[in-house]
Amino acid sequence: MNGQVVTITSGKGGVGKTTATANLGVAFASQDQRVVCLDADIGLRNLDVVMGLENRIVYDFVDVVEGRCKLRQAMIRDKRLDNLFLIPAAQTRDKTAVSPQDMVRLTDDLRADFDWILVDSPAGIERGFRNAIAPADIVLIITNPEISAVRDADRIIGLIEAEEKGPGKLVINRVKPEMVRRGDMLGTEDILDVLAIELVGIVPEDESVTVATNQGVPVAMNASSKAGKAFHNIARRLNGEEVPFESLGGQDGFFGKLTRLIRAGGEG
Amino acid sequence: MAATLTIKGIREGLLVSLPEGDWTEISRHLLETVQEQADFFRGANLALQVGERNLGAADLGRLRDALSDHEVWLRAVLTSSDVTREAAADLGLEQALRPERPPAGEELEPLDATLPMEEAVLVERTLRSGHSLRHPGHVVVLGDVNPGAEIIAGGNIIVWGRLRGTVHAGATGNESASVSALDLAPTQLRIAGHISISPARKGAPRPERALVRDGQIVAEPWSPAGGRWKGN
Repeated sequence: MNGQVVTITSGKGGVGKTTATANLGVAFASQDQRVVCLDADIGLRNLDVVMGLENRIVYDFVDVVEGRCKLRQAMIRDKRLDNLFLIPAAQTRDKTAVSPQDMVRLTDDLRADFDWILVDSPAGIERGFRNAIAPADIVLIITNPEISAVRDADRIIGLIEAEEKGPGKLVINRVKPEMVRRGDMLGTEDILDVLAIELVGIVPEDESVTVATNQGVPVAMNASSKAGKAFHNIARRLNGEEVPFESLGGQDGFFGKLTRLIRAGGEG
Repeated sequence: MAATLTIKGIREGLLVSLPEGDWTEISRHLLETVQEQADFFRGANLALQVGERNLGAADLGRLRDALSDHEVWLRAVLTSSDVTREAAADLGLEQALRPERPPAGEELEPLDATLPMEEAVLVERTLRSGHSLRHPGHVVVLGDVNPGAEIIAGGNIIVWGRLRGTVHAGATGNESASVSALDLAPTQLRIAGHISISPARKGAPRPERALVRDGQIVAEPWSPAGGRWKGN
């Protein structure tokens, strides 16, 4: 196997990086692909909590970097999906415990055994972010339909372009179709106008995400939930499938859908 | 007034070439220039071309401290004098620009020293949030200038795309500078000492040019009929 490293980042905090990482992991794994999720948010780990694997942690990523254990020993297999693994972050250290070179070296070791290596980046643009994007083949930028999140996403795109990792692919998370229709929330077009990168997913706001997160069961385990379905579609698009963008239950009819398709596909 | 300084935008910041003459006088002239054009210089990294002058660490240190009072950071001193080079090294200043660049002092001279403000840079990409572009001459962008990005130019600014960030044309005090864009909707627009913000737009975007008229910044639409700006 020759796995791809996907770094999930956003600049702004709280837009859903960790949720997206966990759910994409579940989506890829349920499509029979081998996935490992790597929590690069050292010092503020929570991917393990979202995936419901917190109580199984023995070794963490910093232990691997500092040679206290083998890479395999730090990998935790998911309770439900045999193809899904987690490498947790250290909680007691900070970002300086890992260097960009460490990230590249360790992810290179993982490429042989996995189809996808998903790296959950910390918020911000400092060391932790630099670490997270260092090994990336694909940078997935998560944003919300809010001006501040879009502004930060734009900054991130500028930074990854400077690192020649760009321009990245975009996921718009927590969209409320009702509010967009009333003109109270930025629409997909408004966001793409500014960011001008390839859109790979629109995830609707869905209360079941909060419920699922608190239970440590990623919402994508339940493929019938709206958000879960959106994450499955993102995974399929990253696999190269052409998947039409899901209707968000809006009443924008044929032309609205057509615009979305053209917007999503016709971007260079 | 002493012989003029030449200022050139480089990747690292600004390259200032000092003319021949008495050091005390020239360095005072530099500080006056920095003070007069504070908007343009503030926050800039400076590389100083001092020619073959012999300068001690005390001379350079004093200048560095004086510049830093204006939030201008002396980073490099380019010279052909060994004495000056040692002094610069003692102060931890660079003595060359980045190695991949052409040798200092030759190709870095302005194309035409008599027209230092006539140079333009062409930027063939979108300037995203957090990006700051500073150039003593004109700036032309083929792409968008997103909110959170800024351009500070001594001359005119032309954006072949959407202008949403902050721009400052004529930042060295040139009131006749202008800002043109296909979609002129900057967060803030400054020309010389004037400041304006974009009014809420009505209708579809159209090419416009902003300039100072009667002490105020006004935006004029480009008219395809005459192939020229309305005000001309």
